[in-house]
Amino acid sequence: MSLISCQGISKIYKMGEVEIKALNNVSVEISKSQSISFIGPSGSGKTTMLNLFGVLDKPTSGTLKVIGTDISKLNYVERAKFRGEHLGFIFQNFNLIPVLTVYENVEYPLIMVKSIPPKERKEKVLSLLDAVGMLDQKDKLINQISGGQKQRVAIARSLTTDPKIVLADEPTANLDHESAYKVMSLMKRLSREIGTTFIFSTHDPKIVKEVDITYTIEDGVLVNREERNN
Amino acid sequence: MNNIIKIAFRNLYRQKRRSFLTMGIVAFGVLAVLLFSATAGSFKNFMISEITDSMLGHIQIHAKGYVSSLDNLPLDKTIKAKQIKEMEKILDEIPEIESYTYRILLGGMVSNYLESTSAKFSAIIPAKETKVAPLLEERLLKGEFLKKGEILLPEMITKGFDSKIGDDIVLVATNADGSVNGQPLKISGIMESVVGPTGKYGYIHFDDAKSILRMNETEISEVAIRLKNFNDLEKVNSILNEKLAAIKNKKDQPFFEIHTWEKLSPFYNIAKMIDMMSMFIKIILIGIVLVSIMNVMIMAVYERTKEIGAISAMGTLPSKIRLMFLFEGLFLGVFGSVIGVVASLIAIFIVNISNITVAFGRNSNILLQPEVSFSQIVMTALIVILVAIVAVLEPAFKASKLEPIEALRQN
Repeated sequence: MSLISCQGISKIYKMGEVEIKALNNVSVEISKSQSISFIGPSGSGKTTMLNLFGVLDKPTSGTLKVIGTDISKLNYVERAKFRGEHLGFIFQNFNLIPVLTVYENVEYPLIMVKSIPPKERKEKVLSLLDAVGMLDQKDKLINQISGGQKQRVAIARSLTTDPKIVLADEPTANLDHESAYKVMSLMKRLSREIGTTFIFSTHDPKIVKEVDITYTIEDGVLVNREERNN
Repeated sequence: MNNIIKIAFRNLYRQKRRSFLTMGIVAFGVLAVLLFSATAGSFKNFMISEITDSMLGHIQIHAKGYVSSLDNLPLDKTIKAKQIKEMEKILDEIPEIESYTYRILLGGMVSNYLESTSAKFSAIIPAKETKVAPLLEERLLKGEFLKKGEILLPEMITKGFDSKIGDDIVLVATNADGSVNGQPLKISGIMESVVGPTGKYGYIHFDDAKSILRMNETEISEVAIRLKNFNDLEKVNSILNEKLAAIKNKKDQPFFEIHTWEKLSPFYNIAKMIDMMSMFIKIILIGIVLVSIMNVMIMAVYERTKEIGAISAMGTLPSKIRLMFLFEGLFLGVFGSVIGVVASLIAIFIVNISNITVAFGRNSNILLQPEVSFSQIVMTALIVILVAIVAVLEPAFKASKLEPIEALRQN
């Protein structure tokens, strides 16, 4: 079964009287344990694609099933629940909670989204922090760590709920070359170890080189699919 | 839940100055309300006690129609011996009544043999009167309290007459039949005048009044009642109204009319004004809390929109986002209240030890002794907390309904 199946989806935004077609009749099948990237120029529709796969938005037309669920049938609260159960997110600007420590940020989804006994929760958070190499920084506040470290914390946070899919919107855009390389390597390793599917939207050729499949989008239309054996 | 509370607490801490400022505003409001209520309450209680304990008593009973013609002190609207007996039976059966006394109110002319003036007098039974109005003796500026054959003159008359204790004067009065009679009396004391319906009256002995007015049988103008517990005022009032209604006059209407001190004293309106002012201050407090907390929380939602988008994207349910903001508002209300209550207690303590006095009417030495009850503190704090929650509802709901995509897009 496909993890994500979209058939002829379109997304139209209305800006006053003007209609903007962000996606136009896109069909994609994504299988488990793949790493996928969507590349394309700014405004091509790759972030819209990720938003739809992340159940943050609904398509205007077409069918989109994420882990077998037709997301257009879910209401606001059901979509939130669905995201909490099945999806993880990594944001370009990290979007970590500044008042919490590194440990607490990673723990956050396990408190607010999934209820897990404290002992199990602690083990899970510590093992993820270890996996991303941030265990020794666990008591620091977010403003006390570097951009690369923030993104590693964000990766750990995205994985705490054991999501089947992690969606990363431009995850290396705000990082320097070395940090970006480390973050990509980390995600690739975790993808293999945990079996989670990573889907990226990016401009970054480093990411493109590391993923299994790359889709190119231009003006809301998929124009190319490239598969790699990494 | 504990973790939501922890996050809410830390969210407040991240904007320390703003949060403390808001709590300070709330605390100032609580301080204003409690200090005003305590001080105004102290003044009000002092005045009520002055009026009830130094002249009126808590409740008065008159013959029907007497109070409406009180200015004339009519002697044809008295309570006669027969009704007194019936009434006594009823009064003695009410356990809430501590004591009661009879008075004859009369108008007359006093003369020191050189000059004369008109005055109003309350004829009292001294031993009973001091049980009903225990502060009456304290109004004595000079001399001794009343005995038979003596008179207590108001300060203003003795000043005008240039009279001293022990001087003789003559009191002349007209009785119910229209005949005029006079009696020499010795000035035994000079009374301080106070605010209230009989505050400028002189006092003579009940038996002397009967003699001047040539009453063969006991007739009285009013009965003054003191209760064991002032808070039973309304209860006893309704018992008296119910039981005394059975005693009828010749027109088969209730013979008696019953008035609490509130109906007899103009100070009641001032007391009501004090209560109203307390209420206005509370309304201002509600406004302060509402506006300050709402303002802070609206700003918090605006500033943290992107963060709300992120936690919402991660799958945090709207109810939890709402709860987090509700806790933030609740903490502002709770901590503001606690600081305000502590500040109020300190302020009230300081006022108490400072022995501040104020003037009201002729009384220039009213000592302010503010006190605040536990229930007042709890009520004020509850109002603040409730208003804080109401203030945060709108921003909390707004935050919980933010579309994650829109929120994440915000710069």
